[in-house]
Amino acid sequence: MTDEVVLEVKNLVKHFPITSRGVLMKKQVGVVHAVDGVSFSVKRGETFGLVGESGCGKTTTARAILSLDPPTSGEIYFAGEEVSSIFKSNDKAAILRLRRKMQYVFQNPYASLDPRMTVSDLIMEPLAIHGHIPKDKWQDRLYELLKLVGLEEYHAERYPHEFSGGQRQRICIARALAVEPELLIADEPVASLDVSVRAQILNLLQELQQKFKITYLYISHDLSTVRHICHRIAVMYLGKFVEIADTDELFEHPLHPYTQALLSAIPIPDPDAKKSRITLQGEVPSPINPPTGCRFQPRCMYTKEHSCVEETLGLIDVGKGHFVACPSYLRISKNQISS
Amino acid sequence: MAKELLEIDNLKTYFYTWAGVVRAVDGVSLKVKEGETLGLVGESGSGKSVTALSTLRIVPRPGKIVGGRILYRGENILERNENEMQKFRGKEVSYIFQDPSTSLNPIFTIADQLIEVIRQHQNVTKEEALEKALELFRLVEIPDPEVKIWSYPHQLSGGMKQRIAVARALSCEPSLLLADEPTTALDVTVQAQILDLLKNLKQKLGMAMILITHDMGVVADVADRITVLYAGRVCESAPTRTIFYNPMHPYTRALLEAVPSLALKREKLKVIRGAIPNLIEVPSGCRFHPRCDFAKEGICTLELPELAEIEPDHYVACVRAREIEASSPFRSLSK
Repeated sequence: MTDEVVLEVKNLVKHFPITSRGVLMKKQVGVVHAVDGVSFSVKRGETFGLVGESGCGKTTTARAILSLDPPTSGEIYFAGEEVSSIFKSNDKAAILRLRRKMQYVFQNPYASLDPRMTVSDLIMEPLAIHGHIPKDKWQDRLYELLKLVGLEEYHAERYPHEFSGGQRQRICIARALAVEPELLIADEPVASLDVSVRAQILNLLQELQQKFKITYLYISHDLSTVRHICHRIAVMYLGKFVEIADTDELFEHPLHPYTQALLSAIPIPDPDAKKSRITLQGEVPSPINPPTGCRFQPRCMYTKEHSCVEETLGLIDVGKGHFVACPSYLRISKNQISS
Repeated sequence: MAKELLEIDNLKTYFYTWAGVVRAVDGVSLKVKEGETLGLVGESGSGKSVTALSTLRIVPRPGKIVGGRILYRGENILERNENEMQKFRGKEVSYIFQDPSTSLNPIFTIADQLIEVIRQHQNVTKEEALEKALELFRLVEIPDPEVKIWSYPHQLSGGMKQRIAVARALSCEPSLLLADEPTTALDVTVQAQILDLLKNLKQKLGMAMILITHDMGVVADVADRITVLYAGRVCESAPTRTIFYNPMHPYTRALLEAVPSLALKREKLKVIRGAIPNLIEVPSGCRFHPRCDFAKEGICTLELPELAEIEPDHYVACVRAREIEASSPFRSLSK
């Protein structure tokens, strides 16, 4: 890991309009605040984790970065270059050049591989699109990639349905690596896999990072895999970041009440573990009408202050690269020590 | 000592597909005492759900129970006719399915669906059934029940729907609840709510439960006893603490080590090589031997190990369990 910033996101906003279909035209009746002002930066060679429950905007953030769903507003810098304006332009060559550097591994390997293409078609398609290596080298590159992700040469002529979930995810990773990306966005890459196969894919991702110094943006709701693989973690709740910190720091000193509740809710595979579980009341509010002030305030287990409901908060720097979006964090952490 | 409530003995449920016979459950034996929670752990395709479905005899076609016995309070339910089974399901043993959004009927209100179950098994009027349904709503801690009971499933969140599925399963006060991955489709904080609810209800109503899951964290929290399944067979069965602190079957151990832990971090994860076997052509001998670190040619590849009581109340299906035990890293933890 170096200090060079590869990806920087500033105040990213992604809203989806809700429309009602009229006779002649659509009328906008509301807005889903999927991502609402998210800022972070990722250093080269690091694994940055994006954690949160379903519907909090993790995947939307990732898709907005790649302009798969163009962001509503905000700036995204990749290696110092503003990318969302490039994606918006019609400069196909520039867009392709950027796409080569940022690749995506999707959550469900059963849906992200075309069932009518063989593995060699799937992996060579990006080579054909980007044309970064001459055609006579494609075959060698294919075998090299297969070997890299732990598949055999004879797998090349098979179709996706002949593979298990873990093997399919290996194919997806090989396809993403075909263009030598600098940033790989892994969107819940092990969520749909079995426990015994998960470890294989996690280890593979770590090996590849060491070998090629790839930067990962790792999205997950599973905190134990995140702790295992990520260097830094951002916790998301209802379209906003509530806390960013180094992995160890976050797990040992969670400051935001939501992070504390989330960590305490993880079932620990140890029957004698001390259980001081914070059970949150109620459910995540709708992102159509998010609560005022702090988004977590209606479910917060600590006594509320005026500022919780009234003010919209940014992240507060508490030192050691730890940021938290809770004005009462000092009071809360004191409470913890006294109790 | 509590009495045996359910005893499954050498159950075999096969699926007759065009590609061949899938031996989804191939000789599973387990016991549940009254008031006990059994955790049934295994990966997808290990036969957890099919075992549970067989207990209610609702295995979907082309599946068929082809052997074994299922004793409920000492009586073999495989010998009952369909009429008797109808009375048995829901009243004696009921089921919570994995995905609450598909187990509730989208075109009926929650009230309709609960009243239907209650009137099926109890001789009450509609009004009395509604009253009972409201009582159940309070039991599973749903806020403003009088309003919520008239909603349709799509108007409720996943956690709420799972609470309703729990309410429906409890409506006739069953003695045994089969909960098939009740929290897999839910978020962690909601999962915590539902697990707390199940634990409280179990204590309040004194029923037994079989909790099916692949999450070792969930069973550690909820179960009294754990049975580990692999490829349609039982690997190991023991009280929860024994499984976690002194696992003897190589698969149980590998499963515990393959999960990234919150306490220890960022070393390399231990990997179970290969993938789950195809259940049409199962490996010879021990089902786990192709992936096992301890497998021995000529022993594990030939004999199908039987479940044996290695220590009091600790059953393991591994020929080499005793040899392996000596090298166990878990031994030190149990002291």
